[in-house]
Amino acid sequence: MNALSWDLQLLNTLAALLLLLSFAMLSQRRIVALVNMLALQGALLFIATLLLAWRTGDRNLYLSAGLTLGLKVIFLPWLLHRLIRRLGVYWDTEPLLNITGTMLVGVLVVIFSFGLAQPISALASTATRNSIGIAVAVILIAFLTMITRRKAMSQVVGFLSMENGLFFGAMSATYGMPMIVELGVALDVLVAMLVLGVFFFQIREQFDSLDLKNFETLKEDQ
Amino acid sequence: MVFIVLLGAPLLGALTLGMLGGRRWAPEANVGFSLLTFLAACALTARVVAHGNLSVGHEQFFIDAFNVFLVTLTAFVGLTTSLFSRPYMRIEAEHGRVTTTQLRLYHSMYQMFIATMLIALTTNNMGLMWVAMEAATLSTVLLVTLYRTPASLEAGWKYFILCGVGISQALFGTILMYFAAEKVLGSEGVSALLWTHLNSVKSQLEPSVLGLAFVFLLVGYGTKVGLAPLHNWLPDAHAEGPTPISAVLSGLLLNVAMYAVVRCKVLVEGSLQSTLPGRMLMGFGLLSVVLAAFFLWRQRDVKRLFAYSSIEHMGIVAFAFGMGGPVANFAALLHMTVHSLTKSSIFFAVGHATQKAGSQLMDNIRGLITLSPTVGWGLMMGTLAILGTPPFGVFASEFLILTTAMKQQPWATPILLLALGVAFAAIFGRVQSMVFGDTTAKRLPHPPALVPVFAHLGLVLMLGFFIPPYLADWYRAAARLIGGE
Repeated sequence: MNALSWDLQLLNTLAALLLLLSFAMLSQRRIVALVNMLALQGALLFIATLLLAWRTGDRNLYLSAGLTLGLKVIFLPWLLHRLIRRLGVYWDTEPLLNITGTMLVGVLVVIFSFGLAQPISALASTATRNSIGIAVAVILIAFLTMITRRKAMSQVVGFLSMENGLFFGAMSATYGMPMIVELGVALDVLVAMLVLGVFFFQIREQFDSLDLKNFETLKEDQ
Repeated sequence: MVFIVLLGAPLLGALTLGMLGGRRWAPEANVGFSLLTFLAACALTARVVAHGNLSVGHEQFFIDAFNVFLVTLTAFVGLTTSLFSRPYMRIEAEHGRVTTTQLRLYHSMYQMFIATMLIALTTNNMGLMWVAMEAATLSTVLLVTLYRTPASLEAGWKYFILCGVGISQALFGTILMYFAAEKVLGSEGVSALLWTHLNSVKSQLEPSVLGLAFVFLLVGYGTKVGLAPLHNWLPDAHAEGPTPISAVLSGLLLNVAMYAVVRCKVLVEGSLQSTLPGRMLMGFGLLSVVLAAFFLWRQRDVKRLFAYSSIEHMGIVAFAFGMGGPVANFAALLHMTVHSLTKSSIFFAVGHATQKAGSQLMDNIRGLITLSPTVGWGLMMGTLAILGTPPFGVFASEFLILTTAMKQQPWATPILLLALGVAFAAIFGRVQSMVFGDTTAKRLPHPPALVPVFAHLGLVLMLGFFIPPYLADWYRAAARLIGGE
């Protein structure tokens, strides 16, 4: 087996760290720490994109690395931290499933993801094709985070982590989407977070908390 | 040029009304921008009819037989809804349910919503389509929560999170599609996501990847169509937002999402050379029809009732597209048109009725016909139309779908008929007691806008008797384009 070049090894390490962070997020209950992990995930993505841009010499990838840095590492975490401070939500309540259980489900999710990504990886011609499975796993674990949380803020962090996974998936499979699409997606994420900021204050005004257990009136058997 | 006006008018409207939307004349300005959009859509249609397909902006946008009629429909319903919203929102403001700032947000986002839908319909780029679909959700989230009631906030949150997660699945599907396309078309430029290019090489696309992509795309866009079991957000969002928004959500957004699903289905079917995508669509469609029909019985809120009816009709459309073939596709397109027209006219009538009764609960709405015969009859006729009674257009399309189902999928026909019967009984009984009997309703400071209600119902009635030849040609061309024999 021939040795991988150092940059590929580094990329694989980054991918592994990304997955590890997803698991850490799955078990983390402090919301501030959750947002920090999200920022770290963004930073890993930024380094990976930069490395890939350098490796392939693709100008678009430099641009999307810059976009990642600005949006996912700096702006969104800053916005979320600000919201946390202004709204005073620091802890999530006990998740719907206990942590050990969630972690076990997470492990199953990873196995499933690699199975799912197998045919895609086999077809891919990119150097990073082995990371596609990791990207799918990050997406699904973020999904799991969203399902098991009760606080609106943690669900949003899960949502953004899912977006990170999607971005990583696009990067590993095809070295990113066309620039116009990436810009559009970034714009959507940005607007979504701004809308959400407004939305959180509305929820707070009504309920005095961001706990989603308040949200159980609209059911069919009322 | 016409195309720039089509997208420019609502975008400019969103900007202008974002600054001045709280003024006294804002509702009229809203109508003005919608009218401009509609005129542009008509001009565009005339051009496409005369000169064939149109491609704009380095092929990023294109108009063919399939999307041009949806563009016109969207612009038309956008216009009539803005007419309806004029007195409706004035009354809401006088009742103190919305402030000037909220009214500004409302008008601006209304135009923005129309713009995003038009972009989603006309873009050739599957990625941009995704971006526009997500933007359409975002522009309506704050409209669903406009009244700031606890229930509306809950509805808005559900709408945001469910559609957000759903649409993320669609993004993954789009990435997979790009991945497969890049192998054939190369990653130079952006042609690998252009639908027209994908369509011309669809048989060379890797089937295993596209099959997987379709699962994600169907789940993603299907959430926005409101296909069961992903429909949870739909009744809440329809019931808790202002009624004009319910009308455009139900009449337009669901159509646009369905359009996205069908565009994807064409590509995937071409690649897979099998009917698997069609079968999946049929399954989701049938489940939606049945589930919605039985949920209809449990509704007490009139807007929720009609929201479930939308799920049912979208299920019928999905089923018809799933069957495929020229007749079923034709019927599905016709059904999309008549459902959109009928359902929005029902929401207009319901909007006036709930304002008169001061409640959305069906038990509190009584004897509309005594106080306002036009609103009462409008609701009654709209209901009869949506339930598929002849001679309305919904009957024609449902009849076509059912007869095709008998030929192609005989097993499904009894299920469909049963669900339609259940839905008929559920809705008709409720509406009858709302329309007739003693009244508790009160007079309102502004006369209701009934032109849109009867204009829509008139069109639906006409489509039941006679489809103008150019419209029929158009449907046929679109049905051929979707293909799937």
